[in-house]
Amino acid sequence: MEARAVTWLRIIGWRLVFSVPLLLAVTFGMFVLAKASPFDPVRQYLGDRAMVTSPEIMAEIRANWGVDRPLLEQYTTWLGNLLQGELGESRSLRLPVTQVIGERLGWTLLVVGCALVVMLAIGLVLGTLAAWRRDSWLDRALTGGAFATEAAPVFWVGLLAIWVFAVSLGWLPAGGLTDAAATEVTFTGLLRHLTLPVLVLAVSQSSWLLLYVRESVIGVLREDFVLGARARGLRERTVLVRHALRSALLPFITIMGARVPELVTGVILVEAVFALPGVAGTTIKAALAVDFPLLAALTLLATIAVVLGNLLADLAYTLADPRVRVLGVS
Amino acid sequence: MAAVEATAGRRPGRRPVLAVATLAVLVLAALVVPLVAQLDQQLVDLRSAGLPPSLAHPFGTDEVGRDVLLRSIYGLRVSMLVGLVAAVVSVVIGGLVGLVAGTLGGLVDRLLMRVVDGFNSLPHLLFGVFIVAMFAPSPTAVVVAVAVTHWTTAARIVRSEVLSLRGRPFVDAAISGGSTRARVIRRHFLPNLAPHLLLATVLMIPHAIWHETALSFLGLGLPPHMASLGNMINDGQRSLLAGDWWSSLFPGLLILLPTLALSALAQHVRDRANPRWRSELVL
Repeated sequence: MEARAVTWLRIIGWRLVFSVPLLLAVTFGMFVLAKASPFDPVRQYLGDRAMVTSPEIMAEIRANWGVDRPLLEQYTTWLGNLLQGELGESRSLRLPVTQVIGERLGWTLLVVGCALVVMLAIGLVLGTLAAWRRDSWLDRALTGGAFATEAAPVFWVGLLAIWVFAVSLGWLPAGGLTDAAATEVTFTGLLRHLTLPVLVLAVSQSSWLLLYVRESVIGVLREDFVLGARARGLRERTVLVRHALRSALLPFITIMGARVPELVTGVILVEAVFALPGVAGTTIKAALAVDFPLLAALTLLATIAVVLGNLLADLAYTLADPRVRVLGVS
Repeated sequence: MAAVEATAGRRPGRRPVLAVATLAVLVLAALVVPLVAQLDQQLVDLRSAGLPPSLAHPFGTDEVGRDVLLRSIYGLRVSMLVGLVAAVVSVVIGGLVGLVAGTLGGLVDRLLMRVVDGFNSLPHLLFGVFIVAMFAPSPTAVVVAVAVTHWTTAARIVRSEVLSLRGRPFVDAAISGGSTRARVIRRHFLPNLAPHLLLATVLMIPHAIWHETALSFLGLGLPPHMASLGNMINDGQRSLLAGDWWSSLFPGLLILLPTLALSALAQHVRDRANPRWRSELVL
């Protein structure tokens, strides 16, 4: 127990040490890009009013935002504010960035969380089935479907789902969180509105998992201990779930953490297609409006999510594999 | 590895032939059709707006009456071109980084590989979005966005290949024969790296196309007036809600088909090119 705690602390420590330069580089890179950008943020902010605003007032806004100061100074100011939990004001929504994120992060986490659960269910069950009935028509249909969803763009799959389930069949709403007439978010309304986005995200993310589980279960099914389990007359289901799937899962945990970037990409596109008020869809709005404070904060948030994903993967791996636990991090 | 073995046991069958045929038809269409087409892809004809697929318009027409088949082929042409350029640029960047890391080794190698790890742990699409947002949507911005986020694969491949080449006897012989580093790179590394670079470029193209379409779909890719597959799906989004499925379905199929064909082909080539994998797994 003692040794495990030490190992965990060491992993967390190393990850944090490595993530600090990464986060610094990413945020600094954002400032360099913003500086190189041909857009004038003040003109962008004022829109049509830029024509009638006097240069003095524009210079005042510029000084107010600090965009007229040198790059390094802007960056260190932003960094200092960040450490105090101050992320500035969104220029397109005219709200504090912390408030925008606070209001929207929950929806994104809800969609991602539900999608992860569904994705695991789809990937594990269908992947094991495909491996068990290898080369059958079922296996071919499943792997074919997985390759197709892997190659198909998520937003396109989302649009097709809207066409089939919302437009043609009329079973589920096409987007948003509530019906047009509704005044508050209800549980059943939420369930109806989130079903399609969650399923689309889960299906698009589960194809690699299905293929992966299939490959590893096929590999494990040939191992001696599976042969032994079968020879002892254990039921096929026990062999499959307790022996084959369990040992096939080990490497998958680390890959899972490494897939967070793809998950971020998926949720951005799904929120855009289904017009959900989450942080991922807001990223696109911020980008279209060249809203630097908001876009910078959201990009930082996504990078932190990736770092955390890697950390969780490491920790889960230590938990699952006694060799890593005992021998420590390599 | 198990998948390699699983397919190796089976005969390759008609799958690679089918994949090559699909790719050939699509590439030929994208190259030849714009040269010989009688119709103008940008021709707005409101009388025939929103027509479902028929003999005259096999993919139907969009909300302003433009032929979806013709526009899809133009879109495929644009997407393929942007994809090709982005893939070449990212493989060149990645190849240079990999070559430097592999050749110099030591601290430079470790540092560069940390940078590669860093770039790999970024959400690619988000950074593409950021880059395009800070510069106006244009083919150049898309190419830069894709290349900046995708060079790492080529860097890894080239680095590991250079490392294995460095240990080969003919490189030792060249160095003891008095070859300079530049000569070793030119005469020994590059010819051996060429097939890997080619394969990396080809496999990068679908990724690049995917990114171009995703960015365009979000309104952050190619300018809206250009017929690209992503822009078409974005346009089709509005008419989809009215039930006009064809203007989003067919452009999407043209993204799906080449990607599937190329990955089937890559799988086949990989199985064929490396018989060692097969025998290892059979044992």
